[in-house]
Amino acid sequence: MVMTFLRRELVLLARQKADWLNPLLFFIIVLTLFPLGVGPEPNQLRIMAPGIVWIAALLSVLLAAERLFRDDYRNGVIEQLVASRQGVMAFVLAKTAANWLSTGLPLVLLSPVVAMLLGVDKAAFIAMMLTLLLGTPMLSILSVLGAALTMSADKGGILLALLIVPLYIPLLIFASAAIEAAGMGLSYSGQLAILVAMLLLALALVPLAVASALRINVS
Amino acid sequence: MFKWLHPLAKPETLYRFCGHLFPWLMLSALTILLVGNVWGLVFAPQDYQQFDTVRIMYIHVPSALLSMSTYTMMAIAAFIALVWQVKVAQWSVLAIAPIGAVFTAISLLTGMAWGKPMWGTWWEWDARLTSQLILLFLYLGVIALYGAFSDRQTGGKVASLLAVIGVVNVPIIHFSVEWWHTLHQGASIMKFDTPSVHPSMLWPLLISLLGFYLLMLALVCLRLRTAILEHEQHRPWVRATLGGH
Amino acid sequence: MQFDSFSDFLAMGGYGFYIWLAYGLTYGLLVGLAGYCFWELKAFHQNFRQKLARAQRVKQYQETEHP
Repeated sequence: MVMTFLRRELVLLARQKADWLNPLLFFIIVLTLFPLGVGPEPNQLRIMAPGIVWIAALLSVLLAAERLFRDDYRNGVIEQLVASRQGVMAFVLAKTAANWLSTGLPLVLLSPVVAMLLGVDKAAFIAMMLTLLLGTPMLSILSVLGAALTMSADKGGILLALLIVPLYIPLLIFASAAIEAAGMGLSYSGQLAILVAMLLLALALVPLAVASALRINVS
Repeated sequence: MFKWLHPLAKPETLYRFCGHLFPWLMLSALTILLVGNVWGLVFAPQDYQQFDTVRIMYIHVPSALLSMSTYTMMAIAAFIALVWQVKVAQWSVLAIAPIGAVFTAISLLTGMAWGKPMWGTWWEWDARLTSQLILLFLYLGVIALYGAFSDRQTGGKVASLLAVIGVVNVPIIHFSVEWWHTLHQGASIMKFDTPSVHPSMLWPLLISLLGFYLLMLALVCLRLRTAILEHEQHRPWVRATLGGH
Repeated sequence: MQFDSFSDFLAMGGYGFYIWLAYGLTYGLLVGLAGYCFWELKAFHQNFRQKLARAQRVKQYQETEHP
């Protein structure tokens, strides 16, 4: 069931390339803005780079979140799913996975290039990759939640950011703490463990909340 | 066990119940708050480390505790609204949210005013402060989410769902000072076996806490009454109560 | 009584600004909140009475003009 939905999502994404290419372009553009904004001082950039990459990733995932359920809601796909009383959970899981594959994973793959451009040193670079790898699935899960909550809202848009960004804060704090510890040559397995714990907890509980949010929104 | 609660699920009964309760709650809240705060401001001793700034405690600690217990109350109401589809529970979620938001804002602002002289900074991104700020955003999110739907019923349900999800944050706030040893000091009155606060300071603190609690309940009563009237305004009983023709 | 004089009380051992800032903000917000809650109820009452009166007028008009 999940695989069927996942295949459907991927086919849709392959047809609507703007849906996942735009956030990626946005990611790169935000990153180029930072050196222009704070000044191209290499030492300063090197220290700030992991944080900049994280914030840019967060914003571009948020950008992709808005369209997550819009089309399916307008087409009546979600109504059909809820009415047929099956597959809502599988649909949610497939949506989350497809969202991560289309926005999270490309960000993780792009970040080495970006880190090179910003001159990040090796220890911080590894920590950044690890936190992104563990953190982007969490970003996807939370943005699915936000999109599901605001699906049938008349004034969505900025509201989604208001709901979801506060939930991103703990993630950002632990990711930046891990990167900072790595930069100073300390062990950061503790922060990574907390990131894993948050991811597992969210993976277990959030799909339930998303499924009930979808049901409420179409009832 | 909860049989006595059932009549209160009827909006009309709850409206009258809140109406009876409100004057007593408000009066006792104001009296007790006055006693607690004057005791704290004038008669309680100063701390040997924090000097007179410790007097901020008599509003900071109650408002912080209240912000969490108000959230818990709202989440319980939201859960009842989602599971058993009780209308008044649904309305009380939205009645409670702005009150909780104000208490959270008060705890943050008084904390800032206490932090400046003691820590030397208005704000520090430590675990307790950050999670409390997230609590404020959750309250605001519940209010904003409700406002974003033109269908009030769907909006109320979705806002309730967010309130239930956000309850994860409450234990995080409570234990944040133990899990992360950062700037904020540990809990002082939630340890009943060995309270770390001297009785001369504990009593005014507990009295202020009671006063804040009663004030919260009074305001919830008031807002719930307004909410009930607004949702039921086309029912005959509202017309009869408000002196219709 | 912890303070010798009223000005001593206001100064709060040099921390007067922060303490009175905290108390001022707290009571400012609480009074604002309570005022808002009372205003909501009052506004509803007013609105409701206007609606009733309007319905009454419409009814009277219909009865007199179109028997």
